[in-house]
Amino acid sequence: MPALVELRKASAGYAGRAVLHDIDLTINAGERVAVMGRSGAGKSTLLNLIHARLADRVALIPQAAALVKTLSVFHNVYMGRLDRYPTWYNLRTLVWPTRRDVAEIEGTLELVGLADKLFEQAGTLSGGQQQRASVARALYNDRSIVIGDEPVSALDRLQGADILGKLCARNHTVIVAMHDISLALAHADRVVVMDEGRIVLDAPARSVAAADLVPYYGG
Amino acid sequence: MTDAMATRTLFLPKLGYRSVSGLFLLVATVALALSDLAVGALNPWAEMRRLIGGLIRPDLLSIEVMSVVWTVAFAVLGVAIGASVGFMLALVFARLRAVRLLCAFLRSVHELFWALLLIQVAGLSPTTGILAVAIPYSGIFAKVFAEMIEEADLSAERVLPAGTSTISRFAYARIPELAPQFWTYTLYRLECGMRSTLVLGFIGLPTIGFHLDSFFKQGHYREAAALLIAFYVLIGTRRLWARPATVPFLIVVSLLVLPEAIGGGSPLANLLRFVTHDIVPAPLRGADLLAFATWANAGAWLWPIITRQAVPGVIQTLVLSQVALVAMGLIALVLFPFICRRFAGRFGQPLGRIALVVARSTPEYMLVYVLIQLLGPSMLPAIIALSLHNGAIVGYLMGRHADVLDYRADAPRGLNLYCYETVPRLYGQFLAYALYRWEIILRESAIFGILGVTTLGYYIDAAISEFKLDVAVLLILVTALLSMAVDAFSRGLRRRLRIDTMPTRLSEAPSEARAGGLIGEGRVPCRA
Repeated sequence: MPALVELRKASAGYAGRAVLHDIDLTINAGERVAVMGRSGAGKSTLLNLIHARLADRVALIPQAAALVKTLSVFHNVYMGRLDRYPTWYNLRTLVWPTRRDVAEIEGTLELVGLADKLFEQAGTLSGGQQQRASVARALYNDRSIVIGDEPVSALDRLQGADILGKLCARNHTVIVAMHDISLALAHADRVVVMDEGRIVLDAPARSVAAADLVPYYGG
Repeated sequence: MTDAMATRTLFLPKLGYRSVSGLFLLVATVALALSDLAVGALNPWAEMRRLIGGLIRPDLLSIEVMSVVWTVAFAVLGVAIGASVGFMLALVFARLRAVRLLCAFLRSVHELFWALLLIQVAGLSPTTGILAVAIPYSGIFAKVFAEMIEEADLSAERVLPAGTSTISRFAYARIPELAPQFWTYTLYRLECGMRSTLVLGFIGLPTIGFHLDSFFKQGHYREAAALLIAFYVLIGTRRLWARPATVPFLIVVSLLVLPEAIGGGSPLANLLRFVTHDIVPAPLRGADLLAFATWANAGAWLWPIITRQAVPGVIQTLVLSQVALVAMGLIALVLFPFICRRFAGRFGQPLGRIALVVARSTPEYMLVYVLIQLLGPSMLPAIIALSLHNGAIVGYLMGRHADVLDYRADAPRGLNLYCYETVPRLYGQFLAYALYRWEIILRESAIFGILGVTTLGYYIDAAISEFKLDVAVLLILVTALLSMAVDAFSRGLRRRLRIDTMPTRLSEAPSEARAGGLIGEGRVPCRA
């Protein structure tokens, strides 16, 4: 299987302070990887590192929903494909979107249960709705790889499972950081656990039991 | 502590809130001793009684409607041009040093000085009124818009797919994020613009100030009061009539109602004459620039201007501004509890706020003008007007900050709370506001010379009335340099005190919604 990313003895940090140490990680196309660990373990930094390697092939779901709060949900989702249309078309869409685009984005929003919010301002949505809009933007972006930094953290478990299922169905490779152990084991086929900037466990999901992961959450 | 810091402390007292405040107090005390505070009027109280009598019985039928309309029209067009030019400059503001310098210069010259120069080119025309606002405001808008662009939330921009074009990036991730702030700020500036255009009437443009000038001179206080009330109503209702949706309408109507120019001849010929003759130093006009004698003459021309006008003018301007700055600080510290829920109570707070809003909506220039009529020409009217106007603004902002402070449950009350909790916790923010307004006070101090206080404006006005435009331009440049120097010094001081990242614009004041009180909109001050 072709390797998408290969990290060898990689480290990373901010302002001279190392956050990641000795990272050895290979991710192949088609894998569904759950990156786990407690807050501050280095999950986001690892995702940023992977994202930097794959930038133009990735649909990103950042930790904060990162929506433009003054634009409609429609426009926020449309932003996932700004690079695929000419600039004049993008400007036209700001003022007067085509029926085809509206229909397509409405379809995408249906997947995350937000179709009724199509032309509402993103800033008026609740935290969970904003997160779903952010997921919709990544789905509409339609790249083969999706990287999500806790993409379902603001949703309940049922909604979270649903959204993760859609991401896995639409994207070839899925790399997500998450907290919920049972959600991760249900949707990922590989689990990478981090602690204090190091990878402490990297195993197929089916070989890992929920109880194995609990210690890493300081529980 | 490093060696460098240790040696520095040997020579200078450590810069802290206390030492800086002490230094400013000391300088202001010395300045106060140097300033002329005489009350020259024979019987100020009788005149004051007549003024107050007029103010409580305004003659609303006497209002010159067109002067009110033109005050608004000049402000609308001036602010519209200023905001548009400022927006374009803001896009390159961070990248081009030349643009930053140009903007600093444009805003360091007061609207009234721009107007006095523009009158030479375009006469008493709408062009003069509009450009006098548009030119300095472009510099202000450029700086404030650039700051907003820098501080904007760009998280959405980072998520955009790689390969998105610059324009699409700007249109989707930046403009929508910034447009509401830009609009709020621009519409608030309209309020400042109207104050500016009102004041332009005092030098002859057909705005409210023109009629106020003659009413005050003749002692027609009832008529003056009516005009002032009309002005306060305009400012007070601005939110109702100046909205993004009404702006195109306001601009079109403003263009349609503009008055005709009075006198002046061809502006183009005037501009040519102005640039190639009027503002060229007299000894250099048509002279042989390679001859030694020319430059000797220029030196002989320059020296008395420097020693008899620029230096005394700079000293008096600084004296006035330092006294006014400290007086502003004291007034703000005394006033802010009156708009603070904890001190003024639920009922006192709105009243305090109305008083402060009226105090800061009154154009300082007009206040000085009226006070000079009452008290006679000295520095006293200028000190009172400057400290009241700016003290009201800083007091308002401090009150907003005080309302969102988190006090512990068993915090003391009243004066104890004020002295032990509120003021100590807000003092850094207070210094940030005060130092920020220093340059604004200085610019205004220079301007009040036109009214007879012997600051730089006095000499500039005198030079213009003698048609010595070369001297006037030279002195205006001196004023601009002084104001830029104070701005730079204030910025440096704020950095040293580590208060340079604190909010200084009214738009950044904490909103009460967060404090759980009444929902109030952030208000933006004039001069950024």
